[in-house]
Amino acid sequence: MIIHHPFLGPCDAQEFTYLGDASLIDRPDGVTEGAEAAFYNYQYLRDNPAGLHRELWFHEQGDRSWLVVTRDTVTHEITSVELARDVARAKGRSA
Amino acid sequence: MRYSGFRVLQQAMTGHKGWQPAWRDPDPKPHYDIVIIGGGGHGLATAYYLARQFGQANIAVLEKGWIGGGNVGRNTTIIRSNYMLDGNEPFYEFSLKLWEGLEQDFNYNAMVSQRGILNLIHSDAQRDAFTRRGNAMILNGADAELLTAEQVRREYPFLNFNNARFPIKGGLAQRRGGTVRHDAVAWGYARGADRRGVDIIQHCEVTGFRIENGICRGVETSRGFIGAGKVGVAVAGNSGRMMAKAGMRLPIESHVLQAFVSEGLKPVLPGVITFGAGHFYCSQSDKGGLVFGGDIDGYNSYAQRGNLPVVEDVAEGGMALFPGLGRVRLLRMWGGIMDMSMDGSPIIDRTHIDGLYFNGGWCYGGFKATPASGWCFAHLLATDTPHPTATAYRFDRFERGRMIDEKGMGAQPNLH
Repeated sequence: MIIHHPFLGPCDAQEFTYLGDASLIDRPDGVTEGAEAAFYNYQYLRDNPAGLHRELWFHEQGDRSWLVVTRDTVTHEITSVELARDVARAKGRSA
Repeated sequence: MRYSGFRVLQQAMTGHKGWQPAWRDPDPKPHYDIVIIGGGGHGLATAYYLARQFGQANIAVLEKGWIGGGNVGRNTTIIRSNYMLDGNEPFYEFSLKLWEGLEQDFNYNAMVSQRGILNLIHSDAQRDAFTRRGNAMILNGADAELLTAEQVRREYPFLNFNNARFPIKGGLAQRRGGTVRHDAVAWGYARGADRRGVDIIQHCEVTGFRIENGICRGVETSRGFIGAGKVGVAVAGNSGRMMAKAGMRLPIESHVLQAFVSEGLKPVLPGVITFGAGHFYCSQSDKGGLVFGGDIDGYNSYAQRGNLPVVEDVAEGGMALFPGLGRVRLLRMWGGIMDMSMDGSPIIDRTHIDGLYFNGGWCYGGFKATPASGWCFAHLLATDTPHPTATAYRFDRFERGRMIDEKGMGAQPNLH
């Protein structure tokens, strides 16, 4: 698979390590009410869709950026690549 | 028709004209006591043991394609019970004991071959870890034998013992492990279940569950609604998609695992060997092909095919261990979809919906578990209590911090 890095252009997926569903960006607040259940959902449960999947890839052998890759789990086709930083900022999670 | 040597001889004399189909092709009835979704090894075994062991008669197995077309026909056919943790080892040893009597039990030649499995040791730390695992196996009634490098050399003289980086320092052998003809497992269970009145309904895709007031009343299918007292789901890689239809999210990700078979060779590999320094395992089929595999690709996939980096990784592992492989040509490669759980261990449990039961999360170790998985799931479906060897395989173990994590990798499914 080729991942089109926003800065570096096409990169072999072998340069990356895979973490999982991009919902892992949405780490719950640990001190609110119901945090235990929220962390269980966050840590262990997955949508695991057949089709488009937004997922986190880390460019370990490159510029060490985290990317949110939208990929079809049935065909392995990658349709969009964003910087995870931008995704997190758009959600108000990062300065 | 009962199969026997006499029957083969009799048919040979009469031109093999008397063989009957091994199972019927019935139309679905409007209602069953128990409906099993998934006509793979685990689903068929569940139906078989429900009928044979737990006296259930009104059962259907629903399969969207044809039986045995999924992972039971895609694995590398290895059976073993070399686990360490308390939640796992009694279950897998129960499974291995069922394998040992399986062919007589269901009257079908599954070519169960206890040729032994050998996990190779490449460092002192690994010898300590394998010694501990072997002791755990023996404590649970399994067999385990620690071999020195010299003993390994006598049995497998063609391995690369002098690899500078990964020298072979010994091995942990389980002599009762081995291989089984995987397709015959599906067919044997299907035939055995069918003869006991189970309806095996192929080309019948489940499209949804009918759930009323928290109780599952049946399933919607491509061949209409089928009512059910209880519904058991055993759909392996499709677990996430199937349970989403019941509104559930699972502690499971689906990943692709590749497997390979070489051209046919004369007998070279006496048993199953696994490389301890990378991830590579290999056995020789009765047709002569070397059957081997390694790691999963590592990203979510439903594609039933993998990518080339893993092919390279498997080939490197194979060459490091078994340099003679370099002259062997690859015949086929394929992929199967693994239901990778968050701790690398399976789930056989009720759900929060009454009448809906789940069996899945087998990661890439489901084949060896087929008989015990079927038996334990049948036990759960028939009695509403878990089988004594499967009490740890609960949904809520993640929430309660009771993970069964053989590899100690944490909640990262692609590392198990």
